[in-house]
Order: sequence, then C-alpha cells, then structure tokens
Amino acid sequence: MAQAIDTTYENAVARRRNLRKLWLAFLLFPAMAILLTFVFLPMASAVWYSVYDWDGLVRGEFVGLANFQEVLFDARNNKFLINAFFNNVKVFIALMIVQNGLALTLALLLAREPKGYRFYQIAFFLPVILSTVIIGFQWKLFLNPIFGLVNTLLRNVGLGDWAMPWLGLPETALGSMILVNAWHWVGFPTLVFLAAIHRIPKDLIEAARLDGASEWMIARDIIWPLMAPAVTIIVVLTFIGSFNWFEIPYIMGGLEGAPAYSTDMLGLLFYRTAFGSVSAGNSDFGTGSALAVLIFIFIFTFSTIATRYLTSREVELS
Amino acid sequence: MSTMNKKSGDLGTWLMHIFLGVNAVIMLYPIIMMALSSFKTNKEIFSSPFSLPQSFSLDNFAVIWNETNVPRYFINSTIVTGLSVLVLLVVGTMAAYALSRYKFKGNIMISLFFLSGLMLPLRLAIIPLFIQLKTLGLVDNLLGLICIYTAMSLPATVFIMTGFLRSLPSELEDSARMDGASEFRIMVEIMVPLITPAMVIAGIYNAVPIWNDFFFPLIFIQSPEWKTLAQGLTAFFGEYSINYGVLYAGLTLAALPIMLVFIVQSRRFIAGMTAGAIK
Repeated sequence: MAQAIDTTYENAVARRRNLRKLWLAFLLFPAMAILLTFVFLPMASAVWYSVYDWDGLVRGEFVGLANFQEVLFDARNNKFLINAFFNNVKVFIALMIVQNGLALTLALLLAREPKGYRFYQIAFFLPVILSTVIIGFQWKLFLNPIFGLVNTLLRNVGLGDWAMPWLGLPETALGSMILVNAWHWVGFPTLVFLAAIHRIPKDLIEAARLDGASEWMIARDIIWPLMAPAVTIIVVLTFIGSFNWFEIPYIMGGLEGAPAYSTDMLGLLFYRTAFGSVSAGNSDFGTGSALAVLIFIFIFTFSTIATRYLTSREVELS
Repeated sequence: MSTMNKKSGDLGTWLMHIFLGVNAVIMLYPIIMMALSSFKTNKEIFSSPFSLPQSFSLDNFAVIWNETNVPRYFINSTIVTGLSVLVLLVVGTMAAYALSRYKFKGNIMISLFFLSGLMLPLRLAIIPLFIQLKTLGLVDNLLGLICIYTAMSLPATVFIMTGFLRSLPSELEDSARMDGASEFRIMVEIMVPLITPAMVIAGIYNAVPIWNDFFFPLIFIQSPEWKTLAQGLTAFFGEYSINYGVLYAGLTLAALPIMLVFIVQSRRFIAGMTAGAIK
C-alpha cells in the first residue's frame, strides 16, 4: 500500500519535472530558433563562404585563403582598401571630437538643469529619431551649390567667398558628411552622458562646491571619473558606427565614394565587392565574404580591447 | 539642484544659455526649413529660400499622394515595423521570462548565447543571408525583412526584458503557485501586466531603427510595391530630382509621423532609445 503511494508520488514529481522542462523549452525555443537561423547561421556561413571560389550565387572550389590574399594584397584592391580604411579612421576621430565632445559639453550644461531643460532635451534628440535617408537627402538639398540654403546663407551674410560645392570637392565632401552625421546623432551621446551624470549623488557635488571647488574642478575630478561607464559605451558605439558607416556616404556621395573616392568607406567597398559595381567589376561573393570577415575581426578585436582598457579606468562609488 | 541655479544672472549662466540656445536653433532650424519648403513652389525655393511660403498650399503633397508610390511605402513600413516589433516582443519576453524567473541547468549558457548575439554585426553577413533568404523564397518579400529585423533585435530585447523581470519580487508568483495557478497563467495574468512599461521601452528601442532602416531593404527588396519608406525615398528622389518642393514634401511626410509620436511621448522615446546604453 505504502509502496503504491510512493510510486504515484514519484510519478507525479516526474510528470511535473517533465512539464516544467516542456514549459521552459516552449518559452526559449522560438527566440533561439530565430536567432540561430537568421543571425548565427549567416555569420558562421560568412566565414565558410570566404574560403571558396564563387560564380554568382553558385559556390565553386575550396580556395583556402586566396580570397583574403586578393582583398589584402592585390594591387588594385589594396589601394581601395587602404583609402577606405583611413577614411573610416578619419570619421572615427572626427566624430569623437566633434560629436562626442559637443555632446559632453551639452550634457554638462544640461546637468545643471537650466531653464528650458526639457525643451533642450527634445530639440537635441529630435534628429536622432529620423531616418538617415531623410537626414542625408535633406542636407544634400541644403548643400546644393546653387540654391542650397547653406550657400545662400553664406552669400546673404557677406561670406560669398565661402560658398562652395561642399559635396563636390574632395577637400570638403567628407568633412561635410561628418558634420551632417554629428548633427544627426549628437543628441544620443548627450542624453546618455546626461543620464550618467544624474546618477552621481548630488550631495557629492554639493559638498565639493561648498568646499570651494570650481565648476571646472568638479567636472574634471568628480563628474568625469564617475561617468566613465557611459564614456566606455559611447566610445565603443562610435567606433563600431564609424567602421560600419554606410548610409550617409551612400546617399550623399554614392556607391563609389564621390568625389574621387574621398568619401569611400569600408562599408561601401564591401557592398561594391560583394554585389558588383563599375570599379569593382562583377559581383564576387568570395572576396566579399573575405572582406566582411576581415572587417568583423578588426571591429571585434578593437572594441574588445577598448572595452577592456576603458573599463579598467572606471571607478565604483562604494 | 536649486542651489546650482543661485548664481543665475552672472556671465557664466548667460554664456550657458547662449550656447544651449544656439545649439537648439542649429538642431531645429533645418527641420523647420524642410517643413516650410515643402509648401513652396520651385520658383519660391529659388527666389526666397528663407521666407515663409506664400501660401500653405498642399499641391506638393497632392503630387505625392496621387502620383507616387510613397503611400504604398508607408503601408509597407507600417506592416514590417508593426509585425517585427510584435513578434520580437512576444518571443523575446518569453525567453527573458524563462531566463530570469527560473533556475535550470544551462541558464547561464543560454543567457550568454543571447548576449553574444549583441556583438554580431549582421550586415557583414549579408551575403550568406541573401542566399539563405533566396532559398527560402523570402527575397523581395516583406516576410524576409520581418525575419531579419526580429532576429537582429532579439538579443537586445532579451537583455532589456531580463533586466526588468529580474527586478520583480517573487512573492506574487509564489502565492499564485500555492493557489495552484498554472505557470502559463502566472506569466500571462500576473507577471506580464507588471512589465508592460518595460515592453514599451523595448518596443521603441527596436521600432525606431527598424522603421528607419534602409540597408536591408536596399539588398532584399527590388519590386516597387514592396519597398519600405526609407528605401522608397531613394527611388522617389531619382524620379523627382528637379522638383524640389515635392522632394521637401516627401521628406516632411516621411518625418512627420515619427516626429509627432516623439513630441507627445518624448520621455518614453528618450528612455527607450538610450535603453541599451544606460546601465
């Protein structure tokens, strides 16, 4: 009798355990299946594809590292690769200074909660929500050499000599695009920095102020070290964004990085190599995949190193 | 921070207001000019670019409504964004719920699996993805875009939702379990209502980039009838390249819905869009 009760009890426990497993599987399976199919599988395939020869959509022979060799050392490809890479580097450095520098200044000012605090937040963040396509085309119209608002404004205030075809000259095209990008995105780092500053206990800043510390000292010695985690995130995001930069140069300069490849980027080069273009010739999935793998390794390595380094200088309030 | 404003009236405060004000003008003026120019004729745009339009005529907008595919692009973008966000919130919340409310073997492994998805830039896998979708018959198909957007947004959604779900106390759940409620009912009737604000934030975090995206449609959509708004604008710009009033009207129309929602819901938008970057 006692044994019979025991087994039903055990059965019930086992059934419940199975039911729980099934329930957890039901919860987890859809998300994992979608992620595996549409993110992990293609990412892994990219590596796989890069060691094969491709003829259009058809996979050919195994060629080892030949595709990588072609991307890196073929004289023609190499010229494009180096040019695009250094343009990406310029974009990163310029955005760090212009976009994130301005964002930090704006955040430090907004942290004092001046009159119009809400209004400023909304104004600075408004472009962030708009599509890069809208921003790119809008500024392309504004920068039109003849009737664009920028040149008209310059002529109206007596700076007619400064009016120029901003997107048509190799000297000014990339700079103009970087400024457009900064205009588009500056609100994002501003509000991330602002949120970080708001998390610093207010009495800490008050105490320093009562002790006679200047605003500059407060910003440098208290706010800056304590907002380090936000700085880490923004630096890494800016790095990834700069080396994946595609939309603005594509819309404002075109697939060939006009004028004269002065706005060519790794993203554009990858697109041309993979899907074909005037300069890169026919679509080539092999070298395209090799280039993608190289870009990925580069971004991954450097963002990991940067995260490590930047995290090490973060301080915790205990 | 009232003590901080005590010194109002001094030079520093004035400089601060000038600096913030100038920046606000730089941010808003181009958007206002875009909207104003959309009411102008070509002639007005050339002759008086900075003035108010002579009349708020809707001619340019009528051209867009009657002669272009832009309304169709709108519908496509709404379908893609709506369905992607719906699926990813349901599926993402389910996974986050399992990871945050249950202890089981493999929990940490699966959490890391989702977390590693955050670091994979899917656009670099565009070639295999293209071949894969081609095989599945999902190229030139809105469903293909929905799959991609759902998949690439899942890691961040699971990450955000897990954070919120972990912060909920377990008492409610335990007492419902005592009362014999099923795990399904506990989740749907007790826990999910508590996390709707978090779902709104995760929804905005994902909806804005999906609505604005132009890279994936550029590669996966070819037919005019399936183009999304951001992508369709490029075609529209080619067609109307010399009719500047119409171009400005198209941009304004594309920007309007998301701007209106943003202005009404700015707090939620800002919280949502910066959700991934603020610990």
